[in-house]
Amino acid sequence: MVSMSKIATGNGHGENSPYFDGWKAYETNPFHPIDRPDGVIQMGLAENQLCFEFIKKWLMEHPEASLCTAEGVNRFKETALFQDYHGMPEFRQAVAKFMGKVRGDRVKFDPDRIVMSGGATGAHEMVAFCLADPGEALLVPTPYYPGFDRDLRWRTGVELVPVICESSHNFQITRTAMEAAYEKAQEANLKVKGLLITNPSNPLGTTMDRETLKSIVKFINEKNIHLIGDEIYAATVFKDPEFVSISEVIQEVECNHDLIHIVYSLSKDMGFPGFRVGIVYSYNDAVVNCARKMSSYGLVSSQTQHLIATMLNDDDFLHNFIMESKEQLFKRHKYFTWSLSQVGIGSLKSNGGLFIWMDLRKLLKEKTFDAEMDLWRVIINEVKLNVSPGSSFHCHEPGWFRVCFANMEDNTMEVALSRIRSFILKNNESIIPRKLCRRSSLKLSLSRSLSRRMDDFMSPAGIMSPHSPLPQSPLVRART
Amino acid sequence: MGLLSRKVTCNSHGQDSSYFLGWQEYEKNPYDEVKNPKGIIQMGLAENQLCFDLLESWLAKNPDAVSFKREEQSIFKELALFQDYHGLPAFKKALVDFMAEIRGNKVSFDTDHLVLTAGATSANETLMFCLAEKGDAILLPTPYYPGFDRDLKWRTGAEIVPIQCSSSNGFQITESALEAAYQEAQRKNLRVKGVLVTNPSNPLGTTMSRNELDLLVNFVTDKEIHLISDEIYSGTVFSSPAFVSIMEVLKDRKLENTQVWERVHVVYSLSKDLGLPGFRVGAIYSNDPIVVASATKMSSFGLVSSQTQYLLSAMLSDKKFTKEYISKNHKRLQKRQNKLVSGLEKAGISCLESNAGLFCWVDMRHLLSSNTFEAEMELWKRIVYDVKLNISPGSSCHCTEPGWFRVCFANMSEDTLKLAMQRLKSFVSSITIDNQTHQDLKNMRKKNRTKWVFRLSFQSFHDREQGER
Repeated sequence: MVSMSKIATGNGHGENSPYFDGWKAYETNPFHPIDRPDGVIQMGLAENQLCFEFIKKWLMEHPEASLCTAEGVNRFKETALFQDYHGMPEFRQAVAKFMGKVRGDRVKFDPDRIVMSGGATGAHEMVAFCLADPGEALLVPTPYYPGFDRDLRWRTGVELVPVICESSHNFQITRTAMEAAYEKAQEANLKVKGLLITNPSNPLGTTMDRETLKSIVKFINEKNIHLIGDEIYAATVFKDPEFVSISEVIQEVECNHDLIHIVYSLSKDMGFPGFRVGIVYSYNDAVVNCARKMSSYGLVSSQTQHLIATMLNDDDFLHNFIMESKEQLFKRHKYFTWSLSQVGIGSLKSNGGLFIWMDLRKLLKEKTFDAEMDLWRVIINEVKLNVSPGSSFHCHEPGWFRVCFANMEDNTMEVALSRIRSFILKNNESIIPRKLCRRSSLKLSLSRSLSRRMDDFMSPAGIMSPHSPLPQSPLVRART
Repeated sequence: MGLLSRKVTCNSHGQDSSYFLGWQEYEKNPYDEVKNPKGIIQMGLAENQLCFDLLESWLAKNPDAVSFKREEQSIFKELALFQDYHGLPAFKKALVDFMAEIRGNKVSFDTDHLVLTAGATSANETLMFCLAEKGDAILLPTPYYPGFDRDLKWRTGAEIVPIQCSSSNGFQITESALEAAYQEAQRKNLRVKGVLVTNPSNPLGTTMSRNELDLLVNFVTDKEIHLISDEIYSGTVFSSPAFVSIMEVLKDRKLENTQVWERVHVVYSLSKDLGLPGFRVGAIYSNDPIVVASATKMSSFGLVSSQTQYLLSAMLSDKKFTKEYISKNHKRLQKRQNKLVSGLEKAGISCLESNAGLFCWVDMRHLLSSNTFEAEMELWKRIVYDVKLNISPGSSCHCTEPGWFRVCFANMSEDTLKLAMQRLKSFVSSITIDNQTHQDLKNMRKKNRTKWVFRLSFQSFHDREQGER
């Protein structure tokens, strides 16, 4: 009998990895403050849930964005019929404007270079299809988002070669590391077509400095390979250093612009993963033309294009949203990292993203990935937090974990922190080295001062009123 | 250049074909009743614009569906965050119910077997990624939708081998045509993975007969290959014979627990039946859990916006609305198709008898200067540039006989259709006069020649007679 394709029957989708155990643990026992207070808290999902009240308020004041006013209904037919893969002009203009604003208006984006895709997931696959043939390779600095293994390789047949970044350099990309990866690819007879960077970084939460970016641009020009900049977290940079985009850097250094491509999405910056708004922005005309045709496989719903166009063409909203988002992320990040430091847990110093890169090397029984997995299982099963182990991001060193902080209510964050505290203090003798043990005697006074500090952080200004936290979408439970 | 992939530099996306010239011409000079009454009328776009009033009035009565509210409570956050590739359960339920209703509830569909995709374009490509790869072929009856060349082949690397259908039997699929296509694929060293049919057919506008469907089931059973039935036009069947879905045939033949059951897959979309191509709502329905699992993961590359899933779950759950919509849609399509058919008749043009779709398969063979595709292109260019109608030439649909054209009727107002028919009538009359004049001239020359030859031979006869005496 005829078989299915190798793509369908193989494991290229990546979902058979052990990392899904964390998800499964969460799915079978999700936290709920009232119904399931002992459930697993989801800290493995990089979602931005901090600005919904702000957006909802705008929506209520602008019903025309949702096609539900009398005027809106008249636009219904036009919108429903619009399937042009060029995308609505007002949508592209709005996105170009937003991207420029997020970069402090230091760059101007051309709406005609904006190509739609099915989320950043679709964008990455599309770019890989355009830039590489099966068997060719892309260089990707580690640690990197696990989804890349699927998005860039699965149906495209493209290979990924890691650029190893180390904690000794704060995981920054070095020239040496890039050269080493390039050579490794050559040795394996793989033709390197490009380098993919994520800036701000997932999972690090850091932005790349100008010098590093210039060095990267120099490298790809010398090797005549493409540079793909995934800037999906661009608007989540909440403190200095300021975000520097490759679109800015190529204005400052000599560069063949035909090699430069940006992947973007509204899933993280705006918290709209459900709306599937992915963008490919290329400085290469041939790539724009080809990607545009390919975008047929993942166009943005015209209903959504209209919503986004109306929202982002509102200059006041744009400006205020960016400020509000930064403020909320800053506050949440500061409180989270401070609370962790109180129990001796450090993380990579970060200024963006929806997560921290937590340093738990001291808690490993030994410096191995097996020990990391053991620790991870303890965190899921005993501490009941779903966090992501560094090995799932292809991190070169064991002991690092990505922990998300923007996808939950304040009170859920408190529960998570108290569990972490309890775990650390309970295990201080067997796990934590002596200097931390001394802190454990301050346990009682700590918790008192912590709750006082918590009040500071919980001050009214800007903290949104919690609505009932939902561990799983009620939309899944609803049957009507 | 070598710097970009072969996919960029080749033209398997199919958009360099001359077929797109008609589109370009239209874009340069589009008809508008008021602003550009002499412009080109778009009759190459299979859109359903006949029922927007029904959709709009439903929206006016149900504003919650577009304003992210359920029972007046905001669910904006939940929708904005919902990216589960299993899809919104309420939407999938409403969609399978709608699909069943279209099929007169003779079959039912299970949400667990449904995968949502960004339009049928994505559904077809995704299915191909699941079932085929480089070195494989899929058989398609001609004429077929030009987009398949891109959707099934471009990024998947698979090939299409045509099943030649001819006007001699109304372009129906025959057993010998199926066999011949299969042999042709083998000859080209391609592994045949399956057959893909569009039912109702684009561009024919006809539903497949039960006999054809049985033939197909027998063929794929015998060859142990897949069968994909693209039923995107299933809700546009406006007159008899009634639509028979492939699922109905399998059910009637009690094939549920046999091997072929898991090799049949249906593609659907709301772009044609509901006239919502901009919303990118497509679906794959498969009885094979492995196909469902794989396609579901692949759908990550083209999910349906949760905003849109929610709107449509509300709309399609309203059974009173769907019943009225399906019925009115049929009536209006039938009325409009009749107008096109009679308009064509007045111009002395016939078309394939059809009962579905948003277009007719028009027979203009008698207007060709010769029975060739060059003549078809010539005629097509005249129709685009001179008559100012953008219609689709049969060659763009891989038809094996020149002279057929697909002409859409549901994407314009009744007045515009009337005008298009008038233009066509004038054009045909002018050709007929030209042809008549040309023919008369030819006839006259022929007559004179004959007279002259006759005189000559008569003369020689008489000469001979005199000689012999």
